Amino acid sequence: MTDTVMNAGMNAGTVAFQADGSTGARKGVQVNRLDGGLIKGSKALNFTFDGKRYKGFEGDTLASALLANGVRLMGRSFKYHRPRGPLTSGSEEPNALVELRSGGRQEPNTRATVAELYDGLEANSQNRWPSLQHDFMAINDRFSNFLTAGFYYKTFMWPAAFWEKLYEPIIRKAAGLGSISFEDDPDAYDKGFLHCDLLVIGAGPTGLMAALTAGRAGAQVIIADEDFLLGGRLNAETFGIGDLTGAAWVEQAQAELASMPNVRVMPRTSIIGAYDHGIYGAVERTADHVLAPEAGKPRQILWRIYSKRAMLAAGATERPIAFENNDRPGVMLAGAVRAYANRWAVTPDQTVAVFTNNDDGHRTAADLIAKGVKVTAVIDTRAEAPKVEGAELFAGAQVIDTKGRLGLEVARLRLANGATRDVPCGALAVSGGWNPNVHLTCHQRGRPAWREDIAAFVPAGDLPQNMSVAGAANGDFSTAAALRAGAEGAVAALSELGIEAKADALPEAEDAPINVTPFWYVKEGKGRAWLDQQNDVTVKDVKLAHQENFRSVEHLKRYTTLGMATDQGKTSNMGGLAIMAELAGKQIPEVGTTMFRPPYTPVSFGVMAGRSVGEEFRPTRKTPSHKWAEEQGAEFVEVGQWLRAQWFPKKGETHWRQSVDREVLQTRNSVGICDVTTLGKIDVQGKDAAAFLNKMYANAFAKLPVGKVRYGLMLREDGIAYDDGTAARFAEDHFVVTTTTANAVLVYRNMEFARQCLFPDMDVQLISTTEAWAQFAVAGPNARKLLQKVVDPEFDISNEAFPFMACGEVTVAGGCRARLFRISFSGELAYEIAVPTRYGDAMIRKLMEAGEEFDAVPYGTEALGVMRIEKGHAAGNELNGTTSALNLGMGRMVSKKKDCIGNTLSEREGMNQENALKLVGFKPVNAAEPVQAGAHLMNADGEVSAATDQGYITSAAYSPVLGCSIGIGFLKSGDSRKGEVIRAVNPLEGKEVQVEVVSAHFVDPEGERLRG
Amino acid sequence: MGKFDNHGLKAVSPLGGFEPQVDAFTGLLIREVTDRALASLGARQGSEDAVKSAAASYLGGALPEPASWNANGEFAAWWMGPDLWMISAPHDSHELLAGELKEAVGEAGSVVEQTDGWCRFDMEGSRCFDVLERLCNANIRAGKPGDATRTSMEHLGVFLLCHEAGQKYSIVGPRSSAGSLHHALVAAAQSAI
Amino acid sequence: MIINHPILGPRDSQEFTYLGDATLIDRPDWEADDAAGQFHDYLYLRDNPAGEHRELWFHEQGDRSWLVVTRNTVTHEILNVELARDVARARGRSK
Repeated sequence: MTDTVMNAGMNAGTVAFQADGSTGARKGVQVNRLDGGLIKGSKALNFTFDGKRYKGFEGDTLASALLANGVRLMGRSFKYHRPRGPLTSGSEEPNALVELRSGGRQEPNTRATVAELYDGLEANSQNRWPSLQHDFMAINDRFSNFLTAGFYYKTFMWPAAFWEKLYEPIIRKAAGLGSISFEDDPDAYDKGFLHCDLLVIGAGPTGLMAALTAGRAGAQVIIADEDFLLGGRLNAETFGIGDLTGAAWVEQAQAELASMPNVRVMPRTSIIGAYDHGIYGAVERTADHVLAPEAGKPRQILWRIYSKRAMLAAGATERPIAFENNDRPGVMLAGAVRAYANRWAVTPDQTVAVFTNNDDGHRTAADLIAKGVKVTAVIDTRAEAPKVEGAELFAGAQVIDTKGRLGLEVARLRLANGATRDVPCGALAVSGGWNPNVHLTCHQRGRPAWREDIAAFVPAGDLPQNMSVAGAANGDFSTAAALRAGAEGAVAALSELGIEAKADALPEAEDAPINVTPFWYVKEGKGRAWLDQQNDVTVKDVKLAHQENFRSVEHLKRYTTLGMATDQGKTSNMGGLAIMAELAGKQIPEVGTTMFRPPYTPVSFGVMAGRSVGEEFRPTRKTPSHKWAEEQGAEFVEVGQWLRAQWFPKKGETHWRQSVDREVLQTRNSVGICDVTTLGKIDVQGKDAAAFLNKMYANAFAKLPVGKVRYGLMLREDGIAYDDGTAARFAEDHFVVTTTTANAVLVYRNMEFARQCLFPDMDVQLISTTEAWAQFAVAGPNARKLLQKVVDPEFDISNEAFPFMACGEVTVAGGCRARLFRISFSGELAYEIAVPTRYGDAMIRKLMEAGEEFDAVPYGTEALGVMRIEKGHAAGNELNGTTSALNLGMGRMVSKKKDCIGNTLSEREGMNQENALKLVGFKPVNAAEPVQAGAHLMNADGEVSAATDQGYITSAAYSPVLGCSIGIGFLKSGDSRKGEVIRAVNPLEGKEVQVEVVSAHFVDPEGERLRG
Repeated sequence: MGKFDNHGLKAVSPLGGFEPQVDAFTGLLIREVTDRALASLGARQGSEDAVKSAAASYLGGALPEPASWNANGEFAAWWMGPDLWMISAPHDSHELLAGELKEAVGEAGSVVEQTDGWCRFDMEGSRCFDVLERLCNANIRAGKPGDATRTSMEHLGVFLLCHEAGQKYSIVGPRSSAGSLHHALVAAAQSAI
Repeated sequence: MIINHPILGPRDSQEFTYLGDATLIDRPDWEADDAAGQFHDYLYLRDNPAGEHRELWFHEQGDRSWLVVTRNTVTHEILNVELARDVARARGRSK
């Protein structure tokens, strides 16, 4: 039908149209372009849809431009692949979902009705093959009886394995939405934070009036609208405000708002969620309307808005009436048809019929007639319908079916007198009344209330904190009521903040009453009448759900999937509820509503990620020797947020084990150096510092002399060990405590908890100094010789002057402040030396240079791990949240003479069994066999079962010193079983290794080296 | 990097260079600041007044109130938490700031060297608001000179000090993450400007 | 959520770390005769009210204060915010 009537309206050029001076260009092949509108007809924009070239104008959406070009068919439906066109002109669109752009920028499931047209826009239809016109999967439509409500639950029950392998892939391919390119999105996204006194959601007459009122009072105002054009329905209607057209009034309001520094106007910004205490999520589309964002500029921004007050002025959404074959391209909402005509100067076809149950639908007929479009019928379900000028009225009539291939051609009516009548029309404008956009009021469990006079749900009293609702969103549909509600709402909201605002005299505006007689669906007909067009849910499906006893509204939703598509049923939920109420013999408010949840409209993953992608996904912490380690070609490993050198490969080494074995041997034979800055460091001072540490550690600290370091074990209150480290006493009232790298934040938090909540009057001050000092372990028989070359000669670090577990302040390299600790994780003669971090890079170079004569080796976390296993030191694998001091072989360390976190409950019977797990070492009987961490321990003979389990191996490594694989772990009564041969089993991989139980201290069990 | 390198070790900036880094945008300058020494000062229990008066005479002005900072001559100080402040002074003349401060407050206070625990970037220019609102949730447009806010930027805890509202700020963050913080600042500036 | 910090005013709950029931302040006396029983109850027994709940929050990305927040767990309304140290003192935790 679209190509039969080319010239209707050609002669009715308006002033606005002629001013563009582009009559010919504007029409061109845009067969359904009308005159007027808010598009800029001076500049044609080129775009493609399914590879075919079209032209549109600035101000168009993809949908309006396609309609202008006579294209009604824009997509295939989700399940049945029915041909579909746009139902709406806004973000509530269920049907016209397309893929925008290509390559990394490809974006599926975008509503053509809100995609702003730009020159070079590339769009493709989706969910069809091979083409939109000839879609093989439309065969699904023939199997519709099989795909009804609940088909997932009924159909794919057996056999279970078929679901994953067969059914799901087929369903995913056949029923679905758009596709993604699997290429990286090249664009940047951003996020940010905004604060305001009043957030106005929606920039229609209500929102603009509210923003003007609040802005004039000097309040901090944000007004956001999802549309690229402010004004809401004012852009879609013909009536004006005062002496101005709607658009002119909007322009004036916008100019005034722009002049106020306290007002931030945010078009193209969707408020997607209402969160606790006045926090709102917003997505601003800063570059979706251009070919590509400028370099470094974001495509979209996710804003977190902190509002003191918020006003929801989000307007209303029209609802359709369901009837047989009401999903043919060309069947649209009446308000949308009117918006296309008035705002975009487009008619979906040159002959249009209107089907309504309320007065508002008549406006569509009147506006189209004024634009020169032929209105072939106005069908009003009400017997007492208002008169219509210029079109035939069928009062008390209904549309019972439609006909047409790939688009509407004929609507069949049942007239009031029972006769049928076929009305030719390429578009049918349907109005079932309007639903206030209550969605954001429900994001915190608010439930709307039914208002009989407008036959719709409106927000009830349980709004999110500090939110008010005004205008059509509150059920006040006339323009005059909207302006009034906006102004008064702003005054009221601001007065709660102590800001005095006044509602200025309001301009005159239309104030038509709502005359609507509820009418949800046409009962006649055996075919399918569509409710939720995005999820292909029909009236029949709702009836079936009811018949199968899914009678709660939430069950109905899940069983039929009504309202569960990306549009959240904005145009369909109401119809489903009404039908359900009718079937159950209830009133609509008794049935209730389902819950709307964020986001209000779909949000891209990119904007959720924001700038934090790739390497910048989270912050990285670098050690002071990072740059030097990079120069050495180190391999790095992430430990928490830290990047630590894992090993330092040398030329010719082809396997990491070669590097690690070399680092271990060279350290144990001469000297090795490792950056240990990552260990948490907490400075503890105060008169009660020692008493406080006594509370924190299981072992005693009060008597630790100044200048000494002590190992400390921390327990949770339940008696389980959770962290260990050292505490160095620099003065009577000054300690520096270390934590494991992973637990630095937790230990600090727990210490603050103890300080503030448990022992509030202890004199103790805490602060982290982890980053302030670059700390290096220097370990091995030559460690002292090396350090004596670096530490300034006035400091005696001989064994006598600076014995094992000594600490003190020294200077290095001719006067640089440093802290020296004689502690050892490797079991060798070892020190840790710390300098202010800025000198860390120079210090590692200095240490390596001084160590050259000893063949000093840098070692990474792998060698560190091997050496601590060889020495039998517990680490994270052993402090695994299930082990106590007793298990770790430190039971005697837990002081019984004092209170500390965890000591009372560590004495529980269950944690002190005779056969408790004890930390021991394991060596394979056959040295060639590996010991595996995670393997469970079983007696030499007998069955392998959970009941006979003797313990497990926590850490294992190849020991280059022993020349075989070794492990440490927990064995029942392990300390008394040394010499016993047991089995380490790994049933997952079917492995079993005979191991001998040995001391966990493989290297230097007497500790002579570290004291030497 | 200053006359304090009077020993065999050469200092590097938090970003790893020998000179502080500067990034310029239209209406915004981001400058790495490396010439300040830092020390935290905590009041001992029961000595809150004593520490305040001792610090005031050392600094030449009162310690700042909660959520604020102030400058007195070559010193500056900001509030970190209840009974806890950070003191800052030129590194060249006060490399041993912690020791000097401890001497001044004696038993009344706990002092900890913090100089190299932090990195600092100063942001200057007319586009500060536009960039900072992409970085942190502080209500900067309602802020005033002297505000010291502990907030987070890209998951990093930072102090945001306002010198001149909308025109000049200091951002003090953890030194080991200087690269990530710098990236966050520069990326936000590129995005917003 | 917004937590109205007694010193700093309204702050986003994102800056805080949640711990749990504020009764964790009432750590038993280790020398009591039934210390084991008291510690058991202290650590493991919690009320889980639908309604007002006093709970501990740590201002980790802020001034490092532990706070006792009285929050309605159903509506998320925050009725009172106190410094935990003050609460601890008021509950007799001074030496």
